[in-house]
Amino acid sequence: MTVDTLMNFVPITPELFLLVMACTTLLLAAFVRPNSQACYFLSQLSLILTAVLVVHTFFVSDQGMTVTAFHDMFVFDYLAMLLKVTAIVVVFFSLLYSRSYNADRPMSQHEYHVLALLSTLGMMLLISAHGLLTMYLGLELFSLPLYAMVAMRRDSFRSVEAGMKYFVISAVGSGLLLYGFSFLFGVTGSLTLTDIAHHIAGAYASHDALLLIALVFSVAGIAFKLGVVPFQMWVPDVYDGAPTSATLFVAAAPKLAAFALMFRLLTHAMSALQAEWQVLLIVIAVLSMLLGNFSALVQTSIKRLFAYSSIAHMGYMLLGLIAGTSLGYTAALFYVISYAIMTAAGFGVILLMNRQGVDINELDDLKGLSTRSPWLAFIMLLVMFSMAGVPPLLGFIAKVQLLEALVQVHLIWLVVVTLLMSVVGVFYYLRIVQRMYFEEPVTEEKIHYRLDTGVGISLNGLLMLFLGIFPDALYVLATHAISG
Amino acid sequence: MAPLPIPDILFVIASVALITSAVLVVTIRNPVRSVLSLVLCFLFTTILWLLLQAEFLSLVLIFVYIGAVMTLFMFVVMMMHVDKRMLSEKFVSYLPLGVGLLVVFVGLIVYALHHHNFTKAAYVMPHFPANYHNTESLGAVLYTHYVLAFEMASVILLVALLAAISLVFQGRQSGKSQCVDKQIQAKKKDRLVVIDMKSEAP
Amino acid sequence: MLDQCFALLWIIGKIICVLVPVIVCVALLTLLERKVIGAMQVRVGPNRNGIAGSLQPICDVLKLLAKELIIPSKASRYLFIIAPVLALAPALAAWAVIPFTNDWVIANVNAGILVVFAMTSLGIYGIIIAGWSSNSKYAFLGALRSVAQVVSYEIAMGFTFVGVLLAAGSMNLREIVLHQSGGIWHWYFLPLFPLFVVYWISAVAETNRAPFDIAEGESEIVAGFHVEYSGIMFGIFFLAEYANMILVSALAALLFMGGWLSPFAGIPYLDHWFSWVPSVLWLVLKMSFFIFLYFWMRATFPRYRYDQIMQLGWKCLIPVALVWIVLVAVAVQMGWIFH
Repeated sequence: MTVDTLMNFVPITPELFLLVMACTTLLLAAFVRPNSQACYFLSQLSLILTAVLVVHTFFVSDQGMTVTAFHDMFVFDYLAMLLKVTAIVVVFFSLLYSRSYNADRPMSQHEYHVLALLSTLGMMLLISAHGLLTMYLGLELFSLPLYAMVAMRRDSFRSVEAGMKYFVISAVGSGLLLYGFSFLFGVTGSLTLTDIAHHIAGAYASHDALLLIALVFSVAGIAFKLGVVPFQMWVPDVYDGAPTSATLFVAAAPKLAAFALMFRLLTHAMSALQAEWQVLLIVIAVLSMLLGNFSALVQTSIKRLFAYSSIAHMGYMLLGLIAGTSLGYTAALFYVISYAIMTAAGFGVILLMNRQGVDINELDDLKGLSTRSPWLAFIMLLVMFSMAGVPPLLGFIAKVQLLEALVQVHLIWLVVVTLLMSVVGVFYYLRIVQRMYFEEPVTEEKIHYRLDTGVGISLNGLLMLFLGIFPDALYVLATHAISG
Repeated sequence: MAPLPIPDILFVIASVALITSAVLVVTIRNPVRSVLSLVLCFLFTTILWLLLQAEFLSLVLIFVYIGAVMTLFMFVVMMMHVDKRMLSEKFVSYLPLGVGLLVVFVGLIVYALHHHNFTKAAYVMPHFPANYHNTESLGAVLYTHYVLAFEMASVILLVALLAAISLVFQGRQSGKSQCVDKQIQAKKKDRLVVIDMKSEAP
Repeated sequence: MLDQCFALLWIIGKIICVLVPVIVCVALLTLLERKVIGAMQVRVGPNRNGIAGSLQPICDVLKLLAKELIIPSKASRYLFIIAPVLALAPALAAWAVIPFTNDWVIANVNAGILVVFAMTSLGIYGIIIAGWSSNSKYAFLGALRSVAQVVSYEIAMGFTFVGVLLAAGSMNLREIVLHQSGGIWHWYFLPLFPLFVVYWISAVAETNRAPFDIAEGESEIVAGFHVEYSGIMFGIFFLAEYANMILVSALAALLFMGGWLSPFAGIPYLDHWFSWVPSVLWLVLKMSFFIFLYFWMRATFPRYRYDQIMQLGWKCLIPVALVWIVLVAVAVQMGWIFH
């Protein structure tokens, strides 16, 4: 059931609230001392309230129905609700872990938080985008703050370089996406996904090559943003060069928004072209899994390892879309949510290990973590096992669902490739575990972290375990989101 | 004699000039001249838009892009020190890749755009009555149909502003003004260190 | 074909009718400026050529024409030559949409105010290109200063235009003037007084005139962007500057002072007594007042420092304009004024 009104501002209340809060934080930043924590607390509060508002708006104001607004440019459905809440929660944890890291380094902390809020706003708008225009603007709104956050460490040349690289390469990606969108608009004469879908379904008989060009360029643009082969080259450099707090931010929540973009564009607008985009995605996914996993094997830097593993994981996620069934979509959604949770925890542990003047970057820095901080080591162990897909953790369930969906559509060879690649993945994840538990620490210094961050990381880690044992909670949500 | 088809003539002149200046933007080595070619590009685009009777957009293109954005761009480029030798080296080494991509892109588009997309019937010059208010109709659409996109674009501009300032702003610097408090509070021991040293022969 | 030719000739004729008086005015203004400032500073001013120096402008032009054109050897030749033209052309082109009376206008276009704004913002290219192509430090510094200044003040100026077009509900300059008819108290300088002040200050800054003449800044950077120019090329810059001054004054008269409308309209007796005055004369009088203001400011105020200019533009004029636009918008929406 769909309700459409022109100027219905109700479904966009959470976004409006977040925008107001971001501006308030910005104003506050102008008046407080540089080392004040007021902006941090205000941003975290705004995030919590926004999440509450999202749920409230969806279930109470919209009564759980799919609502489109602004001439079908904006949609607020179950999927949007789920992804928005997840994105906000992940951002919340990211800011929680980054707090002391940022405070110890020469970064504009207040602006960092405002940028994070505005980026979250962009993600929320992208998740709800239902027209080409809002999609593109949402994408730009969430990525623009990221470039600044990556380049924010002024004392580090690598940080600035990473920011520059990210900016330039993303601009190319945006260019491709816009190019694709312009063809899509040219062929269909419409900007909203519903109209485009109607038009494509009708006009497909003529086999318009323009549509294929539109498809190829749009997918390429999104692939840039997701960081999958052959548009993955920015990922390791950006992850590596950025301040770790920004790396966490870039690595976790944006994937959720990019998933929403891809899902809506491919399955809502271009469902008539499924056979074509399936082929494209298969190539991208297989190459990503191969390149991601094999390159991760030889990395000595944690951040680069995570970067290549993210390429591989995004490849896995695409498998769900390739399956092209609602089971597959559910699995992909489940996967991307679990990936965001796992990444947040993984980078969280690394962030907590950082101290003033010490940047944790090498794999060897993890040596003997189990003696320095058994609890952090355990959480890292959970993250690694989950990413590798070891039962009974979240990553295992997520991967099983993907494979199940693939088996259902008889893509057995893809299943075999995925399994082989997972085995390769297990190798480098276990290497980290081996360093943490079976090697002598370089320093005996204990790791201290704040109580609230400790609670946060514990919750995050245990969530992986909990959802791994009881996946139904998340699975039901994901199913509901996909089936509408 | 038949009247000259002035809009058509203007169209041909403006488009040829537009494409020429667009090519010049890329091929000219001197960055300032390259920017100037870009300005020319915009200028010819405004002529094309005027031919479509989109007078508001074309004038906005002039005073926003040519008048403000490109002047700032020029400002930056003029102060930039570019090693021209390096530029030309890179240019040659990337040329095969560039030409390859160009061929692929153009080929794709030529393949996709069938000849029927290029008939003159597909492109009719719009003709509005003289009292048609381009600005008004644009505003009416912008603030109703596309209000969300419009506001999002404004937030993007806010982010750009914020990002630029947070990357560059190094904290408030007092400049060269004197701080009387500090001057008064300065003690001899803060400024002066007396070192014992042996006298040396000159 | 033939009627097209006639139409073209007719347009060219109209253009000549507008531009020749403008250029003659420029010549007279150069004399007038020196006389007025001289009087304000208790000097005599030029008095050697003709009666009370009245032939001075002609002598100046002849001198400039007779001088050698010097092109510096390291300059970008073509850009160097084209720069003065780029400075002059927009200043003259904007006159196309300026209405002198109810029906004296070359092109009565819908978006007249935007055309003027677009043309004034194009004028900056003459300065930039002159500064850059001269390949001289002083010229370059002058160009940089002037870019920063013009871009900053253009924003404030644009906002004042927004206020006026909100009040008039039209971007056509003729309609804007007609909206102000009915007496001096209907002119926009009263309800939009802050915008009027902002407009005038930014207009002076836009034309790079004292006290905002840091682009020339003869005591710091010799003559700024046109330091390498000689002869008539310098003369063209001079012409462009004065043409811009007249244009900006005309715009001030049109937007805020009721254009060609009589100041005595609606007042008993006075209205009748002055009804014989041709309306274009009122416009010329109002323009003269603003041009006089230019001279007055130049004779009175010392030059601003660069950072002071930026501060005034960004922290003072733009906020004032923004606040007043909001108020005007509310007033228009509520129907309080400007029906």
